[in-house]
Amino acid sequence: MANKTVKIDVEYLTRVEGHGNIVIDVKEGKIDKCEFQVVESPRLFEGMLRGRSIFEAQHITSRICGICSCGHSLASIQAAEDALGVTPTEQTIKLRKLLLDYEFLDSHVLHVYLLAAPDVLGVPSFVPLVKTHNAVVRRALRMKKLCNDVCDILVGRHVHPISAIVGGFTKLPRPKDLDAMLDMLESMRDDMAETLALAKTLQFPDFYRETEYVGLVSDDEEYPLLMGDVGSTDGKRLVKKDYRQATNEFIDPRSSAKFAKWSRDSYLVGALARFNLNSDKLHPKAKAAAEELGLKPICHNPYLNTVAQVVEIVHCYEHAIDLIQDLKKNGINYDEEIVVGVNEQQKIPVRAGDGVGAVEVPRGILFHNYVTDSNGIIEQANCIIPTNQNIANIEYDMMKLLPEILDQTKEEITLKMEMLVRAYDPCISCSAHYLNVKFVE
Amino acid sequence: MKPKVAFFDFACCEGCQLQVANLGEALLDILGAIDVVEFREVMSEKWDKNYDVAIVEGSITDEHAEQRIRKIRDRSAVLIAYGSCATIGGVNGMKNSFVLDEIRQSVYGKDYQLFDSKKTRPIHQVVKVDYFINGCPVYHPEVIEVLKCALRGVPYAVPDNPVCSECKLNENVCMYDRGVACLGPWTKAGCNSWCINNGNICYGCRGMVTNPARNGANDIMARYDLNFDLIRNKFDMYNKCSEEDKNG
Repeated sequence: MANKTVKIDVEYLTRVEGHGNIVIDVKEGKIDKCEFQVVESPRLFEGMLRGRSIFEAQHITSRICGICSCGHSLASIQAAEDALGVTPTEQTIKLRKLLLDYEFLDSHVLHVYLLAAPDVLGVPSFVPLVKTHNAVVRRALRMKKLCNDVCDILVGRHVHPISAIVGGFTKLPRPKDLDAMLDMLESMRDDMAETLALAKTLQFPDFYRETEYVGLVSDDEEYPLLMGDVGSTDGKRLVKKDYRQATNEFIDPRSSAKFAKWSRDSYLVGALARFNLNSDKLHPKAKAAAEELGLKPICHNPYLNTVAQVVEIVHCYEHAIDLIQDLKKNGINYDEEIVVGVNEQQKIPVRAGDGVGAVEVPRGILFHNYVTDSNGIIEQANCIIPTNQNIANIEYDMMKLLPEILDQTKEEITLKMEMLVRAYDPCISCSAHYLNVKFVE
Repeated sequence: MKPKVAFFDFACCEGCQLQVANLGEALLDILGAIDVVEFREVMSEKWDKNYDVAIVEGSITDEHAEQRIRKIRDRSAVLIAYGSCATIGGVNGMKNSFVLDEIRQSVYGKDYQLFDSKKTRPIHQVVKVDYFINGCPVYHPEVIEVLKCALRGVPYAVPDNPVCSECKLNENVCMYDRGVACLGPWTKAGCNSWCINNGNICYGCRGMVTNPARNGANDIMARYDLNFDLIRNKFDMYNKCSEEDKNG
């Protein structure tokens, strides 16, 4: 084993969003290369935003990613409103939180069932499961569709939401819409229980590596997803406008990819980070789910990010139901419905500004930052994507894991490495628009 | 034998592929009629023979992509351009408004040459396309419709009437009457005026109609005192690449 030679080159890792390669090169027991490379075509979003109106930023940046377009929208809106000095109303904040709950539900269901579970069940995709686990696949597709349908009601559609814009919503849900969303969510209760039961049967590799966990933190009692400061399990805390002091992007000589680090060599964002930071603020039913699944903070096994996602599925489900009931009780004020406009109506005064949005999206904390001129035209834009913040951490995990499993077959090593990367639920088309990328021959 | 269908993606957000997963259990009916042999976003299976239908999302933005799409075209009996990035360049086209080296440098700094990036092109500007499914994202009913046509080998006529024709039937208040310029009068229908139904404007994601009602459009511009630059600027968000079509 000490002299083992292994060469693994997974070109275009499957069941992740975007294009990434895993490259491992071990010569006679010595690790030459152990990398996770991003090979997505650059799309230059930050460059393209220059010269566009701040009121168009949500529409454009939503298109960074189809899976988390609602998350990008919310981070973009928050950054734009920060730059413009707009304070959203209480009702708008509730509706945005509801949208974020839907986004988490939709994305986590997709990842847990269709992208991660096939590895654990030993098949290459959900397609063979149609025959062997038909009820499970049907449940997954049913839940995915339902998450989509409630999103359709709230913002027009899930992929690239229509009505959530700077200033509020162009269309507010009617009482019948609130009832419909509530009925649909309630109809999913059995599927939720089945999801938890399924999660209990999934076995993940045993692996441990201490790292720093970064995400939103707050002083109130709510599990912070939409608003808060930037905090870490190493005791750090910053206001969101100082986000660059947390992300500290740097170039590592090992790879031309841009990495992020705060107190240590790398940090982790996403469901596991949020759980490790804020598990005491989860909905009681999500806390109970975590206990059933045996997940305890601080958990240092990145494979269990998928389990933390299941806990968040429960949290967001219950939180969404609570929010709708609250909206029903208080009634919706339709005077707050706003007319869209690339500020042709001058209803929101523009000014020169520099605004930051920091929002938890399914894969971790997402930052948008826009600098505008006095006409509200974007001069500079910066988006820091969760997957990008995770890449250094993924590679450190791979480097610790590789010697531990080097005695296994090449197929087993490949699978464990793929599962590790997939556990982070990487969203590569998001991260690639500004990542430095090394192309391998 | 069931037709072999594969999904491929280039520069895009993969949201249009996700729309397939969003079909829910209806997806299983579709899977009953076709054999999906490659779909990297959700499957690890690979296929090394020819495809009956290739569904391609995304724009062509670098040399590697250009070579890849040519190979896919060679192996595919039918090729469907899927979503705005593939059919008209979509938001990726905004890049073409800048000097290429300048925008690359603005995002990647001094190391920008490490990243190959060429002018954005929709698929049909690189290889022959048999079917177009417009939209950002694609509209479910149209996806099913085009798939049916492609599998039966009959042509699909992309709607070439403006979004307004559907918007009127949906009884929306005209966005111009609400004081906002909307691209509905110039944009291809087929989405059931999705955005306007939800209180937003049309951003032109389905591409421009081939024969817009010029006089009507001029009337609108005059009545609401709008200048041409405002409209053109809005159009550039999705339709910048169409300039290459006009130049031949």
